[in-house]
Amino acid sequence: MKAKFTVFLGMVAIIVAAACGGQPEPVIPQPDPDSIAREQARRDSIAREQARLDSIRRAQAEQERIRREREEVARREAAVTAEVRQMLATMVNFDFDRSNIRMGRDTDMLQQKHAILQANPALRIEITGHCDERGSDEYNMALGMRRANAAKAWLTSRGIADSRVTVRSMGEERPMAMGSNEDAWSQNRRDEFSITAGGDRLVKPAGM
Amino acid sequence: MMRRSMVVFGALLIPVATAIAQDPPIDQGVRIGITYTPGLRPGLLVLGGPRTEALDSARAILQRDMEYSDQFEVISLPGGDSLVIGIARPESGPSGGGPTGGAYINYSLYAALGADYAVSVLPGTDSAAYAVTVYDVRGENARSNLRLPVGDPRSGAFRMAVHRVADDVVRAATGALGFAATRLLLVRAGGLYRVDADGAELEQVSPPGVTAFSPSWHPSGSRVAYSELADGWGTIVLHDVATGVRRILAGTEELLNISPVFSPNGEAMAFTRIGEEGAEVYRYNLSRDCCLERLTVGRVSDKLSPTFSADGRRIGFVSTRAGGTQIYVMAADGTGQELFAPFDYGVTGNSNAPEWSPDGLYIAFHRDVTGSPQVFVMDARARAVRQLTSAGRNHDPTWAPDGRHIAFVSTRTGRRQVWIMDVETGRVRQLTTIGDARLPSWSPRIPE
Repeated sequence: MKAKFTVFLGMVAIIVAAACGGQPEPVIPQPDPDSIAREQARRDSIAREQARLDSIRRAQAEQERIRREREEVARREAAVTAEVRQMLATMVNFDFDRSNIRMGRDTDMLQQKHAILQANPALRIEITGHCDERGSDEYNMALGMRRANAAKAWLTSRGIADSRVTVRSMGEERPMAMGSNEDAWSQNRRDEFSITAGGDRLVKPAGM
Repeated sequence: MMRRSMVVFGALLIPVATAIAQDPPIDQGVRIGITYTPGLRPGLLVLGGPRTEALDSARAILQRDMEYSDQFEVISLPGGDSLVIGIARPESGPSGGGPTGGAYINYSLYAALGADYAVSVLPGTDSAAYAVTVYDVRGENARSNLRLPVGDPRSGAFRMAVHRVADDVVRAATGALGFAATRLLLVRAGGLYRVDADGAELEQVSPPGVTAFSPSWHPSGSRVAYSELADGWGTIVLHDVATGVRRILAGTEELLNISPVFSPNGEAMAFTRIGEEGAEVYRYNLSRDCCLERLTVGRVSDKLSPTFSADGRRIGFVSTRAGGTQIYVMAADGTGQELFAPFDYGVTGNSNAPEWSPDGLYIAFHRDVTGSPQVFVMDARARAVRQLTSAGRNHDPTWAPDGRHIAFVSTRTGRRQVWIMDVETGRVRQLTTIGDARLPSWSPRIPE
């Protein structure tokens, strides 16, 4: 009796339910082999994309690292080049009306330039001789050339090829220091050194 | 009589426009023309007369040129009194022939003022020229009638025309042309300039941006040569002053080429070439436009700064063969090199910048005396050397065409300026007042 009543209630419930919404019997989802495959494919695709992106990212990072490294190398090289250029540009000075290279600081300077020229075979330089305002204007042109020649001879007699060093003279026409006193004059009696070729990347001589 | 005395008194007090001084300078300012060197130089009076801007200007330029000629005691008169001693043309004036009639020239008055010569500048008989007359006061006659072309009194051309007449006035009185119608080249801050011999008409010759060095004149007076410096090299440039046309001397495109000089006939040029082998003197044939040849040899010494003799057959130059620089001479083909200006080895200072005088009789140069360059002149035949300057640093002398005046650079008043000296009397005057003028070169007479 009790069971019949339960069945009855159940039927009532179904009828009521049917009367209320016409809802079909709920479908219990069953595993679909196709959808699993699709899902797998989707995930694989995401993973692949991820891997692709990751590889790009890694490549970019690597590129960046290499770039930075190269930059760093270039920066260091540029710094060395600048330093070597600066060493090369150091002037040599002279006594009044003289063109002989003085022992000591001036020979040290030339020794340094000599080492730089040897360490950088493509480097070519120009030496320009200058004078103070004393002495004849025209004679000073010749004296300036003697001064440039003196530094060149110092270098070439120590193995630097003659063709790598050119010489010029400006006489007293381009003073470095203005004024008519020994301080200005001593600065103006000088050889200037400039690079004419092969100076884009310079290496430091060993032991410097 | 009283009036005349006043005029003379006034004349004594007129300060000379430009300071004139001996070397070393004495007090500048008043020069008492009539009394202090009696008999040494003839007195000269520039007469007044009718006044226009052009006439006044001509008289003023003429009077200054007479002063600068160092040939006369120029008697200055106050302008307001010009009629007193000037020439008053009567209303009925003489018909033609210029103001030469003795009746209008007060010779006795001029003689009383100390004048041996008088010069008048008056309107001419035609409208194209003024009449300039030179009177011999002692002989009481007109010695020379000259024409001054009418022109704009403010133009450089008019000034030059007056200078030409001034030179003829000097010739009329002394027998030799003056040097007023000349110019000087000089270098200032890399630019090449020219200036008239009286210090007026300073003008830049070289194009802007060009660094000019060691200029000199062609004997025609219409062309100049100089070295154009760039990056330690120097190119010889031939520059026509009138047209501005420039051309490069063939073979000087490379190395450092400086100190070009023309031979007196203009057919050759000598210059200094400085290269790795040192400085050597070269010669170029201008008339055939070819044949660059080296005149000097020897790696050990420098040879530079050539200067031609008046006949063009010899070249003076500087050589370092004795250690310091000294003056040598050789034939124009480079042979027969020998010492020119004597010196004591180890005692005499460096000698540089020789220039042969236009008459060939003298060489001017500068030589270091206790550390400062001073101007010297040497008798080319006797080889006797005389020091001309002592105040400040004095260097790079150049001769006027009269062979009697030199221009040189001096620091006697501070900065480098060009000064002019009468070698005979030692009188000096300052030519330039611009900053740092150097490397002067005096022209021949400037052609019309």
